[in-house]
This record gives sequence, structure tokens and C-alpha cells, in this order.
Amino acid sequence: MAVLAIPFVFPTWWMITSSLLPENEVLSYPPKLLPLHPQWSNYKAAFTNYPLAHQYLNSLYIALLVTVGTMVFSSLAGYAFARIPFPGNKFLFPLILTGLLIPTEVTIIPLFKMVDSLGLTNTPWPLIVIPIFGAPSVLATFIMRQFFLSVPDDLEDAGRIDGLRRFGLFYKVALPLARPALASVAIFTFLNTWNMYLEPLVYETDKRNYTLPVALTQYTDAYGSHLWNIQLAASVTTVIPVLIVFIAAQRHFVEGLAQTGLKG
Amino acid sequence: MTGSTGSTAPTGPTGPIRRRFQGRRRQDNILGWLFVLAPTLGFLAFVLYPLAAVIYYSFHSSNLLSGVTTYAGTKNYSQLLHDPATGSVAKATALFCVGLVVINISLAMLLAVLLNNKLRGTTVFRTLFFSPVVVSLVAWTITWNFLLQNNGGINAMLHTVGITGPNWLRGNNSALLSVVIVQVFKNVGLNMVLFLAALQGVPRSLLEAGAIDGAGPWRRFRSIVLPMISPTTLLTTIITISGSLQVFAQIQILTAGGPNDRTNVLVYFFYQQAFDNHDFGYGSAIAVVLFVIILVLTMIQWHLRKRWVFHES
Repeated sequence: MAVLAIPFVFPTWWMITSSLLPENEVLSYPPKLLPLHPQWSNYKAAFTNYPLAHQYLNSLYIALLVTVGTMVFSSLAGYAFARIPFPGNKFLFPLILTGLLIPTEVTIIPLFKMVDSLGLTNTPWPLIVIPIFGAPSVLATFIMRQFFLSVPDDLEDAGRIDGLRRFGLFYKVALPLARPALASVAIFTFLNTWNMYLEPLVYETDKRNYTLPVALTQYTDAYGSHLWNIQLAASVTTVIPVLIVFIAAQRHFVEGLAQTGLKG
Repeated sequence: MTGSTGSTAPTGPTGPIRRRFQGRRRQDNILGWLFVLAPTLGFLAFVLYPLAAVIYYSFHSSNLLSGVTTYAGTKNYSQLLHDPATGSVAKATALFCVGLVVINISLAMLLAVLLNNKLRGTTVFRTLFFSPVVVSLVAWTITWNFLLQNNGGINAMLHTVGITGPNWLRGNNSALLSVVIVQVFKNVGLNMVLFLAALQGVPRSLLEAGAIDGAGPWRRFRSIVLPMISPTTLLTTIITISGSLQVFAQIQILTAGGPNDRTNVLVYFFYQQAFDNHDFGYGSAIAVVLFVIILVLTMIQWHLRKRWVFHES
């Protein structure tokens, strides 16, 4: 088992080690497994020679907005689909569910044309609005609906007797119970948005508007060859925060993601 | 799919009570509509319209310079049929998919079985095997790109034990395998967790009965465990297949479709035509083909699911 673990752990280890080596040592032989003289200036270079701080901020606020937005709208819609027998409910839900079948690539040309005709290319808007309301949020709505279906009717009946109206039933009775479902929605939405690659590549042209995944591929010198140590240093800064959160909230992560089978 | 389980208000016999219920009902309907308004509008604007549009574009040629779109019939589709790259793209996509599914599913199963044996330190190992899932995809890919360089870490390791490694990402035979391996280690943790949950659902009594009947560990795994976890195997296979059709960033970073289109999978080919060559008509035709493939796979999945639910009950 320990041997099997090597390919899982080694790349991350190697990434951190090599991000602290001077440029002439990253591809040296024999390979260096420990940065004996860590060169922290690589990190400084990653931030000063490139708009990394700006790109970091982009990724962070886009991921947070999309996560919060998705949580709000998917819990409202999931609740209505599960518990309010409004006319059209049974027809609308399967229709929206078909959004699950549609990979980003299939619709990105028309979406790009749409964004372009509205003059919103090279702004963060398409990266925020489309994920919250479009195909990526369908899975979240589905998960919330599945959860709200499992809430016992007796609880809502008790709420009715206490004089709660429909919104109160949602907000005071059902939503507080939905914490685990909301947590897994939050986790996979954040991860998906944090890793978004094709969309920023298509919608953004200005380096300052890039999100991290696209930004990381830009670390080359004027001749197009890789500045490995700087590139890896930048990569480390995007990996470490997520890894720390993962180790802290591990159980949520593993169970939440296992429920959803997220792609990526 | 079960229907919605809202409590339907009984219609009371007397006037005022009935009126109150009807008022409640109307309020419920309005709220219900309000609650689902956002995803409904989003579906119309960002799913249904683009889907119709991409089909429309695929039968048109667009001239980027003049911005004029002209009807082109099936020109884009016949172009795809006669494109010299199409054969390589189909081959790369299929090979990538098969390679990923076979390696990913068998490794996920192996890891799950090992973890299920409740040795000491399983939690630690589970975390280790799962950790690449949360490492951002591009950072993971860049690291492997670095490791797989001709003078990179992997070949340096091989060199210390006296093996001269290939130039992984440039070799005709090793490039596709390299991309598959990078993808497997990234996401095998997800399937592993699903298998682990399935293994924990296999009743001990069954395994003990098998042991009493004289079945060895391998025989027990094959005849008892495998059939018991077959629904999970189907599910993970489907997830992995549809995931394999959407590996774009990895290809772009590691091989850019090379060498000689050996790793030019469908979504990368699509991106090149649509956004590198700015041929939206041709790109749309490729996108429609991708959609049809996904649709067919989904239908197969539905078909299998019916049989598999039967098998479960």
C-alpha cells in the first residue's frame, strides 16, 4: 500500500520541492528530492513578474460568488421541486435535468457569441452568471431536491400548526436540516469553479482577467520555454489553500464528492 | 424518479375553510414558480437556446471578417467526414476512453479492496489516495508535465536504476498512455471512494458462507463480491466514460494533441477548429457530434439501469 501511495503523493511533493530550487537545478541529475537551500525568491518572482495576485483575487471572488449563488438558487429550486406541487412541476424538473447531459464544449460557441454581442467578453460576468444559472448548477438543484424529498412530512405539518406559511416552512424547517447537502453542494461547486479552464480561456483575452488555471499556463520566457521553478511556485500557491481545507474537513469532502461523482 | 411529495391540502366541505385552502394553494403555486424561476430562465437562456443555436450554426458557414452567416447545408459535416485528422481523432478519443476506463476502474477496485481490509493506517492512506482529487487540475497537470519531460523527474528516477526512459510526451506510443496515467492518478480516488462504500455493503455472512463452502479469497471475490458491487462498477464506468470525453486542459498542456495527432481527442480537436482557426461552423458540427455521442451513451445507460435495478431487487 505504501508503494501504491507513491504516485499519489510524489507529484505534490515534487511540485513543492522544485518550486524552491534555482532554475539551473530543476532538471538536474541526480534529481533533488529536498530543497536544501530553498530559494523563496521564486515565489516573489511569481507574484512580481506576473499579475498573479490579481488573478488570484479573480479566481477567489468568482469561485465564492458562484458558490454562494448556486447554494441560494439550488436550495430554493430544489425545495420547490421536492415539496410544492405547483402546476408544471413534474414537467419542468426532468426538462431542466437534461442540462446534466451537456458538456461545456457543446454550447460554448453560441454562449461566446451571446456574451460577445452583449459586449461582455473580457469581463468576469460570463464566468459568474452562466455557472450559477446554466448547466453547471443543475447537479446542485438535483442534489438539493433529493435531500428535501427525504424530509418527513410530519415536520412540515408541525410547522403549519405553528402557523408557518410556505416560505417559513422552507426557511425555518427544511433549510436548517439541509446543512450536509448544502455542504457538499458548496464543496463541489467551489472546486469546479476554481478549476474552470475552458471558459476563461474563451471569454477572457486580457491577462489581468485570467483566473488561476489559465494564468498558470503563462509562465514561459520570451522564447516560449518553461520557467519551471516559477511556474511550479505559482502552482503551489493555488494548491496549498485547497489542500489545507481538504485535510481539515476531510470527511465532508470525501462523502460529499462521492455522492456527486464530480467530473474534472 | 419519484414524484413530488408535497402534502396536498384536503378540500374542506364548508365555505370559509375551503376558501382559505384555495388561497393557500394559490400562494403555494406562485411561490413554487418563483422558487424555480432562476434555473428555468437559466435553462432557457444558457442550455436550450445555445443547443438550438449550435445545431443551427453547424449547417451554416460564418465569415468572421464580414460577420455574414450563410446557409451551407451539410458542408461542415462532410468536411468532418473527409478531414484527414478525423481518423486519428476518433482513434485517440476511443483509445483514451478505453485506456482510462480499464486502468481507472481496476485500480480503484484494487485500492478499495486494500482499504477495506481494515489494516492500520487506512484513514491516512485513504486521504493520500484521495488527495489528488482536490489538487487543482491545471497545477497537477503542470507538475506531471514537468516530471515527464525527457530530462524530467521520472526519467531521472529510472536512470538511477539503469533504465533509459522514453521521451514520454513526444513518443508516438507513450504520449497517449502518459496522458491517461496523469488522469488516472488525478481522479481514481473518487471511484475508489464509491467502491469502498459498495464493499462495505457486502454482507459478511455471505463471505463466511463462501469460505465454509471452500472458496478461496480470489474465488470469493469473483463469485460473491464482484456481482454484489456490479451496480457501482456500472456507475463508475459511466462517470469515467463521460469524463474521458471532456479532457481538454490536460491535452492542451501536456501534448497539444501531438505527436502526429496521437493524443488529439475530440474536445481538443473541437477547440482547435472553433477557437484557434475561428471556424464556428465547423466547430459547431464537431460540437453536435460530441453531443450525439453523449446522448447515445446516456440512452445505453438508461437501458442498462433498467436491467440493473431489476438485478438489485
